[in-house]
Amino acid sequence: MSYLPYALAVWLFVVGLYGVVTSRHLIHLTVCLMVMQSSSYVLLLSIGYVDRGTAPIFADVPKGTRAVDPVVQALTLTDVVVSVAVAALLLAVAMQVRRRHGSADPEQLSAVKG
Amino acid sequence: MESLVPLPVVVPLIAAAVLAAGARWLRRGVDDAIALATAAATSVISTMLVVRSLDHDLVYWFGGWTPRHGLAIGIAFDVEPLAASLAALAAVLATASFVYGWRYFDEVGTLYHVLMLTFLAAMSGFVLSGDLFNMFVFFELMTVCAFALIGYQVHSTAPLQGAINFAVTNVIASFFVVTGLALVYGRTGALNLDQIGRVLSGEGTDGLVVVAFALLLGGFLVKAGAVPFHFWLSDAYAVAPVPVCVLLSAVMSDLGLHAIGRIYWPAFSGVFSGDVDALRALFVGIGVLTMLVGGAMAFFQRDLKRLLAFVTISQVGVFLCGIGLFTARGLAGTTLYVLADGFVKAALFLAVGILVYRLGDGDELRLRGRGRNAPVAAVVFFGGAFLVAGVPPFGSFEGWSLLVRSADDVGYGWLPAVLALGSVLTGGTLLRAAARVFLGWGDEADPLLSAEPPPSEEEPDVSSSRISPPLLFGPALALLLVGAALSFTPQLSGEATRWAQRFQDRPAHAAEVLAGRLPPVSAAPPTGTGFAPYGFGIASTVLAVGFAAFGLYRRRLPALVRRGTARLLDPPIAVLKGLHSGIIGDYVAWLTFGVAALGGVVALIAR
Repeated sequence: MSYLPYALAVWLFVVGLYGVVTSRHLIHLTVCLMVMQSSSYVLLLSIGYVDRGTAPIFADVPKGTRAVDPVVQALTLTDVVVSVAVAALLLAVAMQVRRRHGSADPEQLSAVKG
Repeated sequence: MESLVPLPVVVPLIAAAVLAAGARWLRRGVDDAIALATAAATSVISTMLVVRSLDHDLVYWFGGWTPRHGLAIGIAFDVEPLAASLAALAAVLATASFVYGWRYFDEVGTLYHVLMLTFLAAMSGFVLSGDLFNMFVFFELMTVCAFALIGYQVHSTAPLQGAINFAVTNVIASFFVVTGLALVYGRTGALNLDQIGRVLSGEGTDGLVVVAFALLLGGFLVKAGAVPFHFWLSDAYAVAPVPVCVLLSAVMSDLGLHAIGRIYWPAFSGVFSGDVDALRALFVGIGVLTMLVGGAMAFFQRDLKRLLAFVTISQVGVFLCGIGLFTARGLAGTTLYVLADGFVKAALFLAVGILVYRLGDGDELRLRGRGRNAPVAAVVFFGGAFLVAGVPPFGSFEGWSLLVRSADDVGYGWLPAVLALGSVLTGGTLLRAAARVFLGWGDEADPLLSAEPPPSEEEPDVSSSRISPPLLFGPALALLLVGAALSFTPQLSGEATRWAQRFQDRPAHAAEVLAGRLPPVSAAPPTGTGFAPYGFGIASTVLAVGFAAFGLYRRRLPALVRRGTARLLDPPIAVLKGLHSGIIGDYVAWLTFGVAALGGVVALIAR
């Protein structure tokens, strides 16, 4: 098992985080958040990976076939669904901000502070 | 009997689905009635769960997937009284908030009820889950619902900003949680908390466990709103509709703290058993810092909702200290404190809502003296302020006594004095606001307070009627009374300590959940309080009154004193206010820094 998936997860996390912190546009920010989230998919899947394992569908295969861990795949699916919901809501709010405020730059959006 | 367990989640979810499906055909009033009935039923069920779980946990395995040979594959709800009482608190407050919202909103739409019910289901599921991944799922569900509810009034900018700041920080928090749980799963092959604890306790700490624990801790601390993860909280609570604030402030923040206890004792207490002293110092440190920052920032606010948001943060600090004492009394005391305080904070938010409804404004300075003809709001606000200040023996006093005793037990005798300072800051600030709004005391302007919020566009959806109907002040008064009277429940602190002991006994708890071996029912430990808690309570109340007077008449102090303190305090105050910039990039940077620092400290501790 190589370390590549873990390195990829860390990389996605760091780039996404950098994007979120420095973002000047709400849609860009949402996409960066999604990039960050995908790091957790990579991490989850690589934790459940088994060398030369097949998909965890146990029909028509001999007993004792190596298969990858189905639990983390279920977790990843749930994670994807959840983050899609969040992304949809964030994009909707971004549209509304642009319409109300005339700008989608989070730094100009300072109705509350101090 | 155990078939009751999933109902606090299932009932509101089904009602939410029905409402969402029938939204087009339901008349206004019908959706209110269905939502109200559902929340009331959920309160009853959750309260029954508290009663049923008094002696033994109720463990419910979904789909009948019970553990085989002590190995858990299924998903469990683990009901113990402390968690169930938080679920009950959430349901009761949701009920009160539906009653209140009936008249508060003019036109709100069925979607609001759907979101509130789903939010309630998510909160109940979150506290009852005995499984790390389910905690994450409900955590996300809470985030999504709260996000939509905070930004519900999409016509103005401030709610949108608050909602975005909330969503982004909390999504990153849930990302930390999922990464942490992935690492834990990779290490232990388990998601059930007790199963994780069993695997981990046999081994030493290593880098992976440390990183996973720090990520989970950081994620839940974001939800709780501990410094430096608290920035989103004041932005979001200041702009959410009042009936939503009730649930957010009085329950959701505290659920984040409860989750820390819920992962620590079953799963991590074995592996960190040698490091309790250092962890205690860490938790108490973060707690005291949170309490001071929240208390100070509350003092600088003129928007009453934002003021209450900072009061919430300050109290989260107190609760974090309580849990972080790592004793049964500390955990029990914190839970009792959270319960009583939840009712009181909810009543305070509802009182602010009455002001907004009657006078169209929620700003302390603009409202100066105008609250005179809102007597019920005045009673609730003054009563709540005194309860927050800690007047004995009402409200959170039972919890407070346990905290004082627990701090003594572990050699933190100085801690109650520091925590009482938090009550002085928050209670004093609330008293100041109450005196200014309802009595017209104090100056008309105060340059120290944050800039004037834009003239009230914040609640455009509220009714135009200007008489406050019983549906508005009824819930506020009722919540205040319940909160104040909670400390008179007989035997409460002893029983709560017994529940906490049961929860903290990891091997026995694991045997109960994984093997169904019921531990013997223990007797409640003695709870003599002595005079110290009364002393602290009286002192903090008196000092809070003094602090309120200082806030009101600060500018009449001799010029020399004023200039001296200004020179000393103005630079740090400016820095503190500047940190709360309202810009999401800054908040995320702080969040990352906080989690990295947590990881570093936990690594040092576990070395």
